[in-house]
Amino acid sequence: MNLDSMSDILSAARQEGKAFWEIVLETDMKNRGVSRMDSLHKMAEAWHAMREASQVYTGERRSVSGLVGGQGKLMRDYASEKTPIGGDFVAQVIAEALSMGESNACMRRIVAAPTAGACGVLPAVLIPLYWQDNLTEEQMLEALFTASGIGAVIAYRACISGAAGGCQAEIGSASAMAAGALVYLRKGTETQMCHAVAMALKNLLGLVCDPVAGLVEVPCVKRNVIGAVNAITAADMALAGIESCIPVDEVIDAMGEVGRRLPVEFRETALGGLAATPTGKAVKKNLHGGRKKRTLTIKDARWKLEKSESGEVVLSAPGAT
Amino acid sequence: MIDIFDIMGPIMVGPSSSHTAGAVRIGRMARTLLGDTPVKAAIHLHGSFATTGVGHGTDKALVAGLLGMPPDDLDIPLSFDIAAEKGLKFTFDEIDLRDAHPNSVRMELTGENSRRLSIQACSTGGGRILVTRLDGIHVSFTGDYHTLIIENMDNRGNLADVTTALALAGVNVANMSMNRSSKGGNAMMIIETDDPVPDYIVQLIERQPGILQVIHYRRES
Ligand code: SF4
Repeated sequence: MNLDSMSDILSAARQEGKAFWEIVLETDMKNRGVSRMDSLHKMAEAWHAMREASQVYTGERRSVSGLVGGQGKLMRDYASEKTPIGGDFVAQVIAEALSMGESNACMRRIVAAPTAGACGVLPAVLIPLYWQDNLTEEQMLEALFTASGIGAVIAYRACISGAAGGCQAEIGSASAMAAGALVYLRKGTETQMCHAVAMALKNLLGLVCDPVAGLVEVPCVKRNVIGAVNAITAADMALAGIESCIPVDEVIDAMGEVGRRLPVEFRETALGGLAATPTGKAVKKNLHGGRKKRTLTIKDARWKLEKSESGEVVLSAPGAT
Repeated sequence: MIDIFDIMGPIMVGPSSSHTAGAVRIGRMARTLLGDTPVKAAIHLHGSFATTGVGHGTDKALVAGLLGMPPDDLDIPLSFDIAAEKGLKFTFDEIDLRDAHPNSVRMELTGENSRRLSIQACSTGGGRILVTRLDGIHVSFTGDYHTLIIENMDNRGNLADVTTALALAGVNVANMSMNRSSKGGNAMMIIETDDPVPDYIVQLIERQPGILQVIHYRRES
């Protein structure tokens, strides 16, 4: 089975009387020549890594640029002390998405899903639902296989990197994967699952990739939040029986087309959008200009480590003093 | 064919699968190919590795890889300090590799047993890598397969010796290529296999006349 079309996977599943996720699992077994246990085990590693990343988050770390860090903690505190507008569940989702995106920016361990920049979307919806609905580990793995299958189809038909297709390809794809996983966990039909994927992706179509100073920090961390919340809305709509007029495979194709036609300024080059705003440019300038403070030379290496005003240790090109 | 664990993964230290995880894998691959513990590394960054590398921790990631760390090692941000402890000296500079992939790096390595290696590789996205040059010879392999890297003297019959040895061991070849620096100069065979090559076969190949060095890279699952 090639994971290249949602409708093909769905009809294969129907023909063989299996679930969508099982077709994805069996494809992995065949592709990598591994046993069912091996495949399940590898997925369990991903799930555990997501949960661990969430557990070890403290909010104390700051990113290389100093732009990111502590937002997840602010949201966690707000959720426990105040009455969040969107209710407790959504507040947890927001906090989880921020924490994970932040952990990535601060060089902590995360699971790229489908990319490192979008690593917060899936855990942000899966972890709170796992607790709220008392789900089992097996169910979570099945949901992750479902999400992986969706991501594989998107990667095949369109793209999953900001450089290739803008942020719609990263956060948009992650959101679509998460929406499908949510419908699965809420025991929706596979047709509903496809509608959720289609709606999630449609609602983020055209989103550009414009990271300030080229770093996976601004707007990336907060975009994980919209990816996660968008997934919930798409899943709820699908479970309510609302359908996407455009079939899922066609939506994915449209995302690919929009991605290919996005000007290069909006594809991770940091030349457009938020990166090109006066503030975005200033951040970049400070990042490269605000370094020379104290010079530490380690042994007889030619490179130098310098401490900037923000207290971050950065590397300078050899020859520069 | 898309590996679903490229979608749900890799498990890695952030912030970027291409600039961080891929860079760690390049460093790790270089260490394996050196076949020695690196003590000296001249690292030349090209393109986007040079311009946004520091912000993405590419520099720390490459050094972490040279130290043998996997892409999900929480010590990656501390790799410079660990290198100092372990006696790995390294330099960084920028290089223009012309039409190379924007996320490319070239490294000259020396090991503690005086082994040397010049390697050029690029990070192609999602943590995947491609080795493009070894000791000046064009090559092309990803580390997605078990890989034999065989340096030989460009003699007649070397290829036959190697494939015979593999056939004896029942190892199935997935891809292979052979490149040389000049006619009669040294050549590099790259053989990607579905199954790992047993050690005794690696040693057997190494003993064949005209074979200079054999490195076996075992795929990391
Ligand atoms: S803005 Fe670009 S780098 Fe940031 S999350 Fe979106 S696609 Fe990734």
